[in-house]
Amino acid sequence: MKSQLLSLAIWVPILGALPVFWLGSERRTLVRWLSLAVAITGFLVTIPLYTGFDTSTAGMQFFEQVPWITRFNVQYMLGVDGISMPFILLNSLITVLVVLAGWEVIEDKQAQYMGAFLVMSGLMNGIFCALDGVLFYVFFEASLIPMYIIIGAWGGPNRVYAAIKFFLYTLLGSLLMLVALIWLFLESGGSFNILDWHHLRIGMAPQILIFIAFLVSFAVKVPMWPVHTWLPDAHVEAPTGGSVVLAAIALKLGAYGFVRFSLPIVPDASHHLAPLMIALSLIAVIYIGFVALVQTDMKKLIAYSSISHMGFVTLGFFIFNQIGIEGALVQMISHGFVSAAMFLCVGVMYDRMHSRMIADYGGVVNTMPKFSALFVFFAMANSGLPATSGFVGEFMVILGAIKFNFWVGFAAATTLILGAAYTLWMIKRVVFGAVGNDHVAKLKDIGGREFLVLGLLAVCVLAMGLYPFPFTEVMHASVDNLLKHVAASKL
Amino acid sequence: MGMKTLYLLVPLAPLAGAILAGFFGKILGRTGAHTVTTLGVAIAFLLSVLIFQDVRAGHVFNGAVYTWMESGGLKLEIGFLIDQLTVLMMLVVTFVSLMVHVYTIGYMAHDEDNWPADSKAGTNSYQRFFSYISLFTFSMLMLVMANNFVQLFFGWEAVGLVSYLLIGFWSVRPTAIYANLKAFLVNRVGDFGFLLGIGLIAAYAGSLDYATVFAKRNELALVTAAVTGWPLITAICICLFIGAMGKSAQFPLHVWLPDSMEGPTPISALIHAATMVTAGIFMVSRMSPLFELSDTALSFVIVIGGITCLFMALIAIVQTDVKRVVAYSTLSQLGYMTMALGASAYSVAIFHLMTHAFFKAVLFLGAGSVIIAMHHEQDMRKMGGLRKYMPITYATMLIGAIANAGLPPFAGFFSKDSIIEAVHLSHVPGAGFAYFCALAAVFVGGLYSFRLIFFTFHGKERFREAAHEAHGHDAHHDDHGHHGSVEPHESPKVVTVPLILLAIPAIGSGWLIGSVLYGNWFGTSITIAEVHQGMATMAHEFHGVFGMMAHGVTTLPFWLALSGAATAWYLYIVRPDLPAVIKQKSGVLATILEEKYGFDRFNDWFFAGGARLLGRGLWKGGDQVVIDGVMVNGSAAAVGWISGLVRLFQTGRIYQYAFGMIFGVFALLTFWFARA
Repeated sequence: MKSQLLSLAIWVPILGALPVFWLGSERRTLVRWLSLAVAITGFLVTIPLYTGFDTSTAGMQFFEQVPWITRFNVQYMLGVDGISMPFILLNSLITVLVVLAGWEVIEDKQAQYMGAFLVMSGLMNGIFCALDGVLFYVFFEASLIPMYIIIGAWGGPNRVYAAIKFFLYTLLGSLLMLVALIWLFLESGGSFNILDWHHLRIGMAPQILIFIAFLVSFAVKVPMWPVHTWLPDAHVEAPTGGSVVLAAIALKLGAYGFVRFSLPIVPDASHHLAPLMIALSLIAVIYIGFVALVQTDMKKLIAYSSISHMGFVTLGFFIFNQIGIEGALVQMISHGFVSAAMFLCVGVMYDRMHSRMIADYGGVVNTMPKFSALFVFFAMANSGLPATSGFVGEFMVILGAIKFNFWVGFAAATTLILGAAYTLWMIKRVVFGAVGNDHVAKLKDIGGREFLVLGLLAVCVLAMGLYPFPFTEVMHASVDNLLKHVAASKL
Repeated sequence: MGMKTLYLLVPLAPLAGAILAGFFGKILGRTGAHTVTTLGVAIAFLLSVLIFQDVRAGHVFNGAVYTWMESGGLKLEIGFLIDQLTVLMMLVVTFVSLMVHVYTIGYMAHDEDNWPADSKAGTNSYQRFFSYISLFTFSMLMLVMANNFVQLFFGWEAVGLVSYLLIGFWSVRPTAIYANLKAFLVNRVGDFGFLLGIGLIAAYAGSLDYATVFAKRNELALVTAAVTGWPLITAICICLFIGAMGKSAQFPLHVWLPDSMEGPTPISALIHAATMVTAGIFMVSRMSPLFELSDTALSFVIVIGGITCLFMALIAIVQTDVKRVVAYSTLSQLGYMTMALGASAYSVAIFHLMTHAFFKAVLFLGAGSVIIAMHHEQDMRKMGGLRKYMPITYATMLIGAIANAGLPPFAGFFSKDSIIEAVHLSHVPGAGFAYFCALAAVFVGGLYSFRLIFFTFHGKERFREAAHEAHGHDAHHDDHGHHGSVEPHESPKVVTVPLILLAIPAIGSGWLIGSVLYGNWFGTSITIAEVHQGMATMAHEFHGVFGMMAHGVTTLPFWLALSGAATAWYLYIVRPDLPAVIKQKSGVLATILEEKYGFDRFNDWFFAGGARLLGRGLWKGGDQVVIDGVMVNGSAAAVGWISGLVRLFQTGRIYQYAFGMIFGVFALLTFWFARA
């Protein structure tokens, strides 16, 4: 069956951004509605990916292939499996929310702002469905540009430092990946097909080198300790929408890279270096958990919390059992909802108070009860409370980790305490208590649009927590297949 | 309508009430909100009675409702296990909850006075409160009705969440939001252990379904060295019990319960006395097939129970806040239940859980009634002589206190005496220590129970003097419509009727001992190993309730409790000047008790302070200095430094370039010739 759904998922937002740019920021109302229409269309075209998905096969579905650069055998080749498909839906949904979140608060160059997010959305869909190494690389690098502009143009006072740090950090990482891709191209006898690479026989020494090349690139993106320091800066300076996309989607790209490249292409090196990966993941969970505890800036706190939660993702990948890997994938989706919601909540307060400092708040519930109820709900999800999506992934990864080694599970489970401590301590200081100051006393509760955005996310978080079955169901076949690749030596 | 629908309705009826009151509180109004929630819980209670009859007729149910998730061969389902143990818990939970719902109508009637005028958080707080307690009832029912560990953990954390929301209900009070954070985090320490226990079970049994796990228990018992040489089953049981220590507030994770008294009194009765805190006791009983396989774990349980039982009772003696006395008494009683678990007397633990739920709910709700009468004054030193003003409250609290002290023929006597006997008969290491603690705590229990009664209801009427002092203590209170008057008076019917209804089982539920403990009520829901013969011996020696009472008055516990009561009478009625003298004379000892053995101070300094210090160290030292300073900005600086160095050669002067070239040529030639 020929299907152009994936191309639509990529190009609808990107091409839809062009008229948005063209309209310019003078016609604000039109720009907003057009952007929303594009974003919603972009989301609608991805829905058949779920409804038409065949859960019984691990093969690539909705496959498309067109020759692109024939001189180097580069193909425009797209396809999704149970691992990548959920992220396309997640990304397209988040784009709708981001457009809504930027509805009023972005006053300067709104057309460019909305357009940048639409382009970004298409590019990231491209990353998740590219099956050609070069195509993947092009999307991977291109997605840096809109984010760089978003932070640099609509960011806070220190945005230039943050934007450059973000750009250089991630660019340096991905250059090594390019080297690895070219090596694989030569080794495979002239193919950039990622699926071909999954069957390539590679010696141990090159495997290790390739693993490290991918690691540097993906670890920066995730980000893993110790290459994580760009993230808090980027989040703090980014506008709310930027933070949302960064946390909800961009961080997932690195993690996705591990399952698409590192694990199946160089399984022996992955096994060999798994102790290192597990150690780095646990450091992320614990070390970063403590660092998050003492943050005074809410966005920084949530940024560190993101790093800590992403530690669960990388941990889940490198314990090599099904519940661990599926747990990591579930955690990625859940984190997409929860971190997006947390940043949106901070954004709601920032729009009113123009401060992200915990000390500037206190007793917000007295003036914004509706908002506070949602904020506390998301905080609970961030602390991994059962019946929210935040629990499912962590629970699965911890189960997988205990199966792998009790002490690894033990270290990972400390997040139960740390995660609750840093999240709820912030809630105590920001939301609860008597009215902290005159500014808080003047706060207005959320309006309909804000309520819609947060409410939608709350429904997602709750639904996934109460019934995660459909999410894991689509993953089974692909994760099974991945585990088979990982188990078979490629030496 | 099949039984499964009924089972489903039991938790869903309170949930529906919670949703309606929570989301549509404004539309429903106060009356609407308390009607739907009370109705929901009443339905749950009536259905529980029906199900109770059904289970008594021998119908045990174990089945799934839906598949929650499936991964890696692990199928996790949401489902119910309705057996004798479950149905008893369902009855206790729904009955106490129903009483508390009714009581709350009176207690929270003037809740708007507890909020600052301009706070929108106080809007519809009445409806919100009802929504929370119904949500709690739903969560607790999910917990006790679970047939698997995932749902158990869901209920476990959900009751924790509602407890958090309710302790911090009056969120404008700094003490309340400190207490609720503390409660949540301390509970999370327990949950940490609990989750590890669940993880070990999943890893080795390959299932989280109770029945499947219990069926594999003998295989699990053979596994060793899972966790650094420990037998697996011991590791599992101790991990699970750490969870119970958090939820059931056992030493050293007990620190959150006294502070939880910051919440409104109805929830202290419902959550922090009758139901949630007993979740740990229930869980261990439910896991009896596992705990029976590890004497090490049982030994750990019995020692922790013993410590909690005695040392928390001692603190109750020096407390002056009426609710805190009851709170420490709860800790001590939970210690008794835990000891019973350690002695393999699970049914006795559950029996005490039930009688305690009634008499402790009476004590808390009675304390609440006093607090309303005293216009939100909780200090017993400012009370006294209340018995003639509030006769119903007095009578019911007296019943509660006698039951709490364990004097016959009240409920507490039967359950507490059985625990002491079971601990006496236990042979696990540490049982001797626990037995000593149990006996000592009987005396202390008699003392603090009657101290509470005498201090509050007898003696000089101290509230008049107190009223003359500044009203500054509790800034948010108002005098509930008795403008200017300080005369205390009996609470309205919505308050006293639940008190009376709870006082009845506080007297009478102990008389069920024959059928509950020795009539094989629990059937297969509790497993006891052959080697643990305590219960069998007790069953052999049991000759009806009158026989037990007749025997009881000749044994040590009875006389200890009585002498405790007598001491209280002497100290607070005969010689009310003595307590101050004793306190002065005992010096350090009194300070230790008043400081609650210094746990709060230590935890604040070591754990809270230490974590912040570590966090700051890692942030400033690790992230900012090493990673950002040296590695990131350092490499940027290195690039800058090298390019600065290289730039020195780019002078733009021809003669310098020419000199460089000539020098280079000479160097190369020299090198070439030297090699040749």
